[in-house]
Amino acid sequence: MFTPMLSIWLNVVVQGVLTGLLYGLMALGLSAIFGVVRLVNFAHGEFAVVAMYAAFVLFRAFGLDPLIAMVPIAAVFFVVGFALQRMLINSFVGRPDHEQFILLVGLAIVLVNAVLIVFGPDAQPANLPYAFDSYEVGPLIIDKVRVFAAVAALAVCAVLFGFFRFTSTGTAIRACADNLIGAAVVGLDVRRLYAVTFGIGLACVGAAGSLMVTIADAVPSLGPAYTLLAFTIVIIGGLGSMAGALVAGLLIGVSEALAGFLIAPSMKSMFSFALLVAVLVLRPQGLLGKKPA
Amino acid sequence: MLAVRDLDVFYGDAQALDRVSFDVDEGSIVAIVGANGAGKTSLIRTIAGMIRPAHGGITFRGAEIAGWPSHRVCNLGIGQVAEGRQIFPSLTVGENLEMGALLPRAREKRQQQLDRVFAMFPILEERLKQTAGTLSGGEQQMLAIGRCLMGVPDLVMFDEPSLGLAPAIVQEVLRTIRELNREGLTCVLVEQNVAMSLKLANRAYVLENGRITLSGTGEELLADDRVRQAYLGM
Repeated sequence: MFTPMLSIWLNVVVQGVLTGLLYGLMALGLSAIFGVVRLVNFAHGEFAVVAMYAAFVLFRAFGLDPLIAMVPIAAVFFVVGFALQRMLINSFVGRPDHEQFILLVGLAIVLVNAVLIVFGPDAQPANLPYAFDSYEVGPLIIDKVRVFAAVAALAVCAVLFGFFRFTSTGTAIRACADNLIGAAVVGLDVRRLYAVTFGIGLACVGAAGSLMVTIADAVPSLGPAYTLLAFTIVIIGGLGSMAGALVAGLLIGVSEALAGFLIAPSMKSMFSFALLVAVLVLRPQGLLGKKPA
Repeated sequence: MLAVRDLDVFYGDAQALDRVSFDVDEGSIVAIVGANGAGKTSLIRTIAGMIRPAHGGITFRGAEIAGWPSHRVCNLGIGQVAEGRQIFPSLTVGENLEMGALLPRAREKRQQQLDRVFAMFPILEERLKQTAGTLSGGEQQMLAIGRCLMGVPDLVMFDEPSLGLAPAIVQEVLRTIRELNREGLTCVLVEQNVAMSLKLANRAYVLENGRITLSGTGEELLADDRVRQAYLGM
């Protein structure tokens, strides 16, 4: 009932969806930081790369599976994000955009070059033992690693949505994003909440980076590429919309997979940017973004 | 209870408050009246810790609080019903109220305060799950007052609570303030509706171009020729 052609298409799309979930998780972190702190994390992709190397080292040195290493890496990234916001970035909140830009681009440069110094410029494959295993479901042949990584990414997203929806700290963070003056009026400790948010944003990227190692080699040059990718996703999904980031991540994942299949893998960015341009022209606030009031 | 001394506030080079001093006694209603741009909101936000004064002192129950961050000021028991209500439009009514009760001083009394707020504004209980942005202006004002009360304040600064509301609702808001004051809440009332706020107030100050130009009991100011001319149109 499935023609060979159709099953190839299906396979490509499913693979794109699975990769897209990782992209979505990474972009979710960027979106949360922007939506609340109103600050653009230009070092986002670089943090993802640091997480990739962290997961790579933990796997090579201790045999720790990246799916498990994700948890301590995300925890450490949370602490780093919290401290970074408290000690460095908070004094830049509310300053002109270009000053924030310089701070975070500077941070990005430091991160990527630190990775270069330690690991060198070459791609480092993690070589998981089950890297070439796959599931066969009807006409679909799905890589095991992609399924695991995607399920883990979904789990992290679910925890995050639960946190923002049901805990009072999560609600307070939404309140800050909703009305900053109102937050000060009721006596929320905005700076602390900003630090928590930045920590959460980095925890997302830490988890996403750890998972990324299972499907891609760690290379320092991925840093700027992932930053750009996360931006593209966040803008397509709608600035500040977390659900939008996830949906757009899926969309980009699928479009990249289709581009690789239809034309050449090197053309995948063209598809992402075409999507970005289309969204900017047709729906500038993003797919799930709110219209500016 | 609250003493403000020689407060100076600047926005860049522009001076918003110039040597402002006034006192609020425990259990009283103090009105601060003045035209738009006189500095009323700046004054309230400075006391609340949202703006840093360039000079001057703010003493609340013996503590010198000038320059404190807003969350610490709130936790001392100084609440604010801000101009423009400043509710969280995309949060539900229940979540808005919860945000008011996150102060360390308020956490234990959360349920008790919630019951009190619902008794005062039954409509908020009906709309509990509704997004606050969908409420009417009057309901949003009730939510703003309710949210403030969730923090168990001892002193509440009301900034233009009647702005943009229908006359019947304005009466209700003022009645609520009088009611809260009878229950022991100290109130600072900043209002463009001068006649109404002077009638309500034990003590009143006139703020003009960032300066206190006149003070007295509410009745004295109501009878004052300058006030009658400038603010009451008589």
